[in-house]
Amino acid sequence: MNSISTIPDADAAEAPHFGAVRTAFQQYESQTRAAGEPDWLASLRRRQLTRFLAAGYPTRRDEDWRHTSLDAVVSMPFALASSAGPDGRIVQLLEGSAFSSVSGQRLVFVNGHLIPELSRAVRSSDGVYVAGFASAVQEKSEILRARLTADSEDGSDGSLGALNLAFAREGAVVIVPANTVLDEPIVLVFVSFPQTAGERTHVRNVIMTGPNSRATVIEHYIGLGTESAVTSSVTELHAGQGAVFEHLKLQDESNSVFHLATLRARLESSSKVSCHSFALGSRLSRQNVLATLAGEGIEAVFNGLYLGDADRLIDHYLSVDHAAAGCASHEFFNGVLDDKATGVFYGRIRVRQHAQKTDAKQTNKNLLLSDDAAVHTRPQLEIYADDVKCTHGATIGQLDPEGLFYLRSRGLPVATARRMLIHAFAGEIIERVWCGAARDVLNRLVWDRVERTRHVSASEQ
Amino acid sequence: MQPILEIDQLEAGVQGKQILKGISLKIYPGEMHAIMGPNGSGKSTLASILAGRDGYEIIRGRVLYQGRNLLELSPEDRAREGVFLAFQYPVEIPGVNSAYFLKAALNEVRKYRGMPELDAIEFLALVKEKIKLLDLDEELLKRPVNVGFSGGEKKRNEVLQMAVLEPRLAVLDETDSGLDIDALKIVANGVNCLRKPDNAQLVITHYQRLLDHIVPDKVHVLVDGRIVMSAGKELALELESKGYDWIVREAKRVN
Repeated sequence: MNSISTIPDADAAEAPHFGAVRTAFQQYESQTRAAGEPDWLASLRRRQLTRFLAAGYPTRRDEDWRHTSLDAVVSMPFALASSAGPDGRIVQLLEGSAFSSVSGQRLVFVNGHLIPELSRAVRSSDGVYVAGFASAVQEKSEILRARLTADSEDGSDGSLGALNLAFAREGAVVIVPANTVLDEPIVLVFVSFPQTAGERTHVRNVIMTGPNSRATVIEHYIGLGTESAVTSSVTELHAGQGAVFEHLKLQDESNSVFHLATLRARLESSSKVSCHSFALGSRLSRQNVLATLAGEGIEAVFNGLYLGDADRLIDHYLSVDHAAAGCASHEFFNGVLDDKATGVFYGRIRVRQHAQKTDAKQTNKNLLLSDDAAVHTRPQLEIYADDVKCTHGATIGQLDPEGLFYLRSRGLPVATARRMLIHAFAGEIIERVWCGAARDVLNRLVWDRVERTRHVSASEQ
Repeated sequence: MQPILEIDQLEAGVQGKQILKGISLKIYPGEMHAIMGPNGSGKSTLASILAGRDGYEIIRGRVLYQGRNLLELSPEDRAREGVFLAFQYPVEIPGVNSAYFLKAALNEVRKYRGMPELDAIEFLALVKEKIKLLDLDEELLKRPVNVGFSGGEKKRNEVLQMAVLEPRLAVLDETDSGLDIDALKIVANGVNCLRKPDNAQLVITHYQRLLDHIVPDKVHVLVDGRIVMSAGKELALELESKGYDWIVREAKRVN
């Protein structure tokens, strides 16, 4: 272990709850070392833990976390989730889950452990690599070492990203070789089924698509049970030159789960990438989308829909960095908030000085269905180039009364009219999904959720 | 015979401002009436009140539809009972497919009337037949309601909905405005085809030119919230040649 960096001892100023984090790390490290994890990863994990211990959890004093408090996460016990195995309830949940009908390769994780019996991965002749993180760090050691080291050492994923890598047990590693076209989406299903309060799951996904390849990856987070838990997920995406790639995330976790996630994307020149975030579940969710448009001629779409009811908080934090000229990035986020739900949207587009001819557009539209629902929205442009086309806008409103009256005047009940308008509002986002099978699934799922929305039948009078 | 629509001394306003100052009229089965009048006379207010739009206060009077108090019905119940308003400004509804919307509306109305609902194939056959009447492109059905429609297409789409829903009482609010002469003829032809011995139509218009193509049984002139004159179709021609001024003066003299 000589080559591995050391973790500084706790000083008097360290928060007392970090003791549990340190203990968990020691135990976890002995497991991973026993399992033969490479030195570089052990060392990287230690550096990440050190980074986390130094920075701590983000607090509301951080500008980027002003509306989202992690107090409940901090005060929860810190215990790493153990696998719940292919339990009958999990099998049933998977069978009825949103993308169960979508064919193609599939990896299933339960509490952050890969469950091969429930997965469907094939070593195909086209050289596409789909495997769990734990085996990938052995099989693709050099590639992952370079990728993870570069990605985590720039620190843009914050202390939660550091904590994630320190403990990441599993995740999916997808490597698509150059010029390879994948017709079917790769589906990754993450089930959380906490057995005791405060269980933590750390998932690290790495997706690398080669030049001129085409692929779709779907991440689906679902859950069972009522114990409080924390799902931490970081997906590193690297889209090669000229690659066409679609990333779709559906977060539909149980009400007791705190979901803290980052998608970090590095896009190379002439790539065409769409990233979708559908946030429907969990008690509190934070989705960071940190994208760097690193080469010229990129077309990127960041598209999202959040539906909140009860006292959920759904936070999207986007940072899109136009680091090269002649790229287009469009961000479209729509939110529907009912009951006492809160939506948070922060979107920043940064256009660097040499990123001329940038075409950037950002919209965040919110529909509030009840008096107690709230939304905080902050679209921002930071432009250092002078020849660019950038727009942004945010709206917060109720259903259009004229539209409602029009539908009712044709005989539609008020509840149906409201559902139609809500669904249409959500549909703007769903329509942008390229993968037809996924679009159908999302349309049905969102319609079902809208059916259940409490305030659809509230009278307008 | 019972009138399809009976308006009796209706006074109404919006946000504390009285707009209708005592309107009475009766429309019997098989009749088409026209309401004409200068801008701001209360024509669209009357149309909105008949369709049940929010925000209007009824001060006095009543509106009976086939003998029933129309004003106590919700907009959707009015539609199901057979009242139809062709909007002056049809609303764009992004994301709601036209065919889907119209099928849902028709089935709501059919259900209410105790008729079996139409499936997708039956509905399509019906709507394709009606769409020919309005000379509309079938492709419009695949688009969101009124989104990207030209002004003329929006108005024709209103009459298409009317043709599909087969109302007993149709109120056409300035359906002629913004139409070129060809579109006007198509709309007029559509409205004429939908005239039946057991239904009634109330055509609200500013201009006489629609009445070159559809012939009302009665023309009412609305000025400042009152019907100041009711006569046969020849009144429309007189208004066309003489304008509204003389009748406005006449109305002031009487009051």
